[in-house]
Amino acid sequence: MKLNLRVWRQKNDAAEGAMATYQVDGISPDMSFLEMLDTLNEDLILRGEDPVAFDHDCREGICGACSLVINGDAHGPERTTTCQLHMRSFRDGDTVDVEPWRASAFPVVKDLVVDRSAFDRIIQAGGYVTAPTGAAPEAHATPVPKADAESAFEHAECIGCGACVAACPNGSAMLFTSAKVNHLNVLPQGAPERETRVLDMVARMDAEGFGGCTLTGECATACPKGIPLPSISAMNREWLRARRKAKG
Amino acid sequence: MEYTDFTVGEPIADTKAPAGPIAERWDTRRFEAKLVNPANRRKHRIIVVGTGLAGGSAGATLAEQGYHVVQFCFQDSPRRAHSIAAQGGINAAKNYRNDGDSVHRLFYDTVKGGDFRARESNVHRLAQISVEIIDQCVAQGVPFAREYGGLLDTRSFGGVQVSRTFYARGQTGQQLLLGAYQALSRQIAAGNVEMHPRTEMLDLIVVDGRARGIVARDLITGAVTTHYADAVVLATGGYGNVFYLSTNAMNSNATAVWRAHRRGAYFANPCFTQIHPTCIPRTGDHQSKLTLMSESLRNDGRIWVPKAKGDARPAAEIPEDERDYYLERIYPSFGNLVPRDIASRAAKNVCDEGRGVGPGGQGVYLDFADAIGRMGRAAVEEKYGNLFDMYERITAENPYEVPMRIYPAVHYTMGGLWVDYDLQTTVPGLFAIGEANFSDHGANRLGASALMQGLADGYFVLPATINDYLARHPGGEPVTDDHPAVREVLAETEDRLNLLLAVDGDRTPDSFHRELGELMWEFCGMARTEEGLRTALRRIPEIRREFWARVKVPGTGEEFNQSLEKANRIVDYLELAELMCLDALHRAESCGGHFREESQTPDGEAARDDESFAYAAAWEFTGEAPVLHQEDLAFEYVHPTQRSYA
Repeated sequence: MKLNLRVWRQKNDAAEGAMATYQVDGISPDMSFLEMLDTLNEDLILRGEDPVAFDHDCREGICGACSLVINGDAHGPERTTTCQLHMRSFRDGDTVDVEPWRASAFPVVKDLVVDRSAFDRIIQAGGYVTAPTGAAPEAHATPVPKADAESAFEHAECIGCGACVAACPNGSAMLFTSAKVNHLNVLPQGAPERETRVLDMVARMDAEGFGGCTLTGECATACPKGIPLPSISAMNREWLRARRKAKG
Repeated sequence: MEYTDFTVGEPIADTKAPAGPIAERWDTRRFEAKLVNPANRRKHRIIVVGTGLAGGSAGATLAEQGYHVVQFCFQDSPRRAHSIAAQGGINAAKNYRNDGDSVHRLFYDTVKGGDFRARESNVHRLAQISVEIIDQCVAQGVPFAREYGGLLDTRSFGGVQVSRTFYARGQTGQQLLLGAYQALSRQIAAGNVEMHPRTEMLDLIVVDGRARGIVARDLITGAVTTHYADAVVLATGGYGNVFYLSTNAMNSNATAVWRAHRRGAYFANPCFTQIHPTCIPRTGDHQSKLTLMSESLRNDGRIWVPKAKGDARPAAEIPEDERDYYLERIYPSFGNLVPRDIASRAAKNVCDEGRGVGPGGQGVYLDFADAIGRMGRAAVEEKYGNLFDMYERITAENPYEVPMRIYPAVHYTMGGLWVDYDLQTTVPGLFAIGEANFSDHGANRLGASALMQGLADGYFVLPATINDYLARHPGGEPVTDDHPAVREVLAETEDRLNLLLAVDGDRTPDSFHRELGELMWEFCGMARTEEGLRTALRRIPEIRREFWARVKVPGTGEEFNQSLEKANRIVDYLELAELMCLDALHRAESCGGHFREESQTPDGEAARDDESFAYAAAWEFTGEAPVLHQEDLAFEYVHPTQRSYA
């Protein structure tokens, strides 16, 4: 296969960026999208040009490092991460646009690499259970209903890639934040910090410059792990409940 | 540096493991260890490199104890460390199933599974701590799989006959890592951990014989910086990426441990690498990494190949009596659940016989037809759904309808920096935890034991033992950049980076990595021979010379430069590979993951030579022929036998 790639090139966060065009030849349908970019980069290096910078690591869809907007879709046309997107999803001769996540809370570091540290700060604001090592009770002391454990797991699957933010017209991080709030708030272990967790995480999310949620649902459509849209309304309920309690 | 030979030095006399009954040794050591007054802890800085299960849990726990932790990861966030990709589960001797499990049985299984090349004291401690890990993770909100009554579910895993593996669907590593990451995040917010993401350790700073800091590169600006502390902890994972293709993440690398080795830390058992039996076969030269399918699949999937050579019919057209369920045939009592090394070698053997399936004949079937018939598709989906989806995504084949194809791939490295019972390396003040050390798995690691070891080291062992070191060495002279030892390390690091940029040759860094990986897979992979290892030892220096003459690294050092990062890691692979081959050559026995063709039983099993090789091989770097220090392994509780899984 042969592709006409148009790739966002930007030297660093201060520089202006622009799309650059490259022809990539000899693509196998079994290649992943990132292996196709590897091929391009091997060529660029030998031609003495700067290879395209992109984040990637595990290449099995779990670390959350890879992050490309492909033809306008976060992680491309399939519902998966970019590293698990294979070239069989494209046709010979296609023109493919490759851009970084675009959101004001995710500044570009270089080319297709962005800074997602705002996500870490949201977790630091309350996305944990205060359980210092050594203080834990016996694991079976508190049974957790299977349905609650499954609901917690479903939300805990979030890989923190940021596709939800990239897909949202408002650049909102509601799906990311609600995934962690719902993971921990549904469990008995998370109950003691239930109110402070949701209030502090939402406050941090707003302070980081993410946009508001208008329930367009683009986030849940783009999410490679299938975090469900109702997660957001569940967090809103948690937030209202916590506010009411805080006001007494 | 050429590793054509080695010399034998003093054996390692003291591992710091206390004497006395094995079940009391950890208590004894904890009691004997000196403590640091809580008020003094905040004056101590501890550097932790890496944020996986071992590093993340250690950073969080040390900070909870009151130490000032300075932590590093090369990823953009500590949540992305490669522990996140572990699928199957974590062992613990809880005996919730009432199936005869106990701390002693987990200890026994681990020593036996490691083919009697691990240190008994460490393994027993690991088994003891295993039960506390589950308690800790549940308290953090890790969503383990549960039964309808709300209690934790378990499953059995390769190489054992009890059900002691706790799991969170096929994403156990992810959930455990997020638990540690969240605990670490709490400490970052509290100001107790100073976190440096996108920062890679490039060298170790040793002053007056003690580890006092690291040299690191800020991967965004390219700035080479120094960081100082009273102790340094390496939690930087294994070195499986020496092979280029492995199940490791693309950026997992050996630079931190190799640089520490060059600064005086002994490297133990580098040839002990684990080839995992259940990975998705490669599809072509473009392949950048291999993907593991959790071996929990072997609980319900049946492995087979056609009985006839070159049988190219689709699986569905091969009748039952023309299939060879070779693991069930050769190992009737363990069947498809034999340890990883045995399953891997058996797959290689049937493929070498010409009975492999799929492109290039490098694959065997893992078939779920019986499981679907027995349990129903819904139950199979609940248990393995995400793994089946992942398989279909990569291969475009539906494993509910056609059997999966699998083939072994490099997965884990049991070798690593030599550590004593306190997890301290031979450089005082330098500790190594998790996969970065060599301590608990001997010559082969059992399934669901890596997560257990990473968290045992990080949550419980290191936080208890590092106190002793700090209490005995309460702050030396502050170290600054103008110290001669620091200036030397800094200059070496900068020279190396500048040299890489200056070669401006005609080959990409990856092309060398691939060449090295192919050589290692062929000669230091699943089966090794003296002749092959000698070939590799001859070729590696040639590749290294070629690398330094022809590598092309674009850009500069003062910017975000992924090619420079890669090239710098390859420099270290090109040296470590040689030590791996030398270690494999010197160990003229087969044990666990190290299979020397010259040393096998009449039926083709690994034949150990306890007379000559019942030791851990700890290598000292000299710049010339390395020096071998032997740590003799005494087996007081589990008596070495020929492993038998028949």
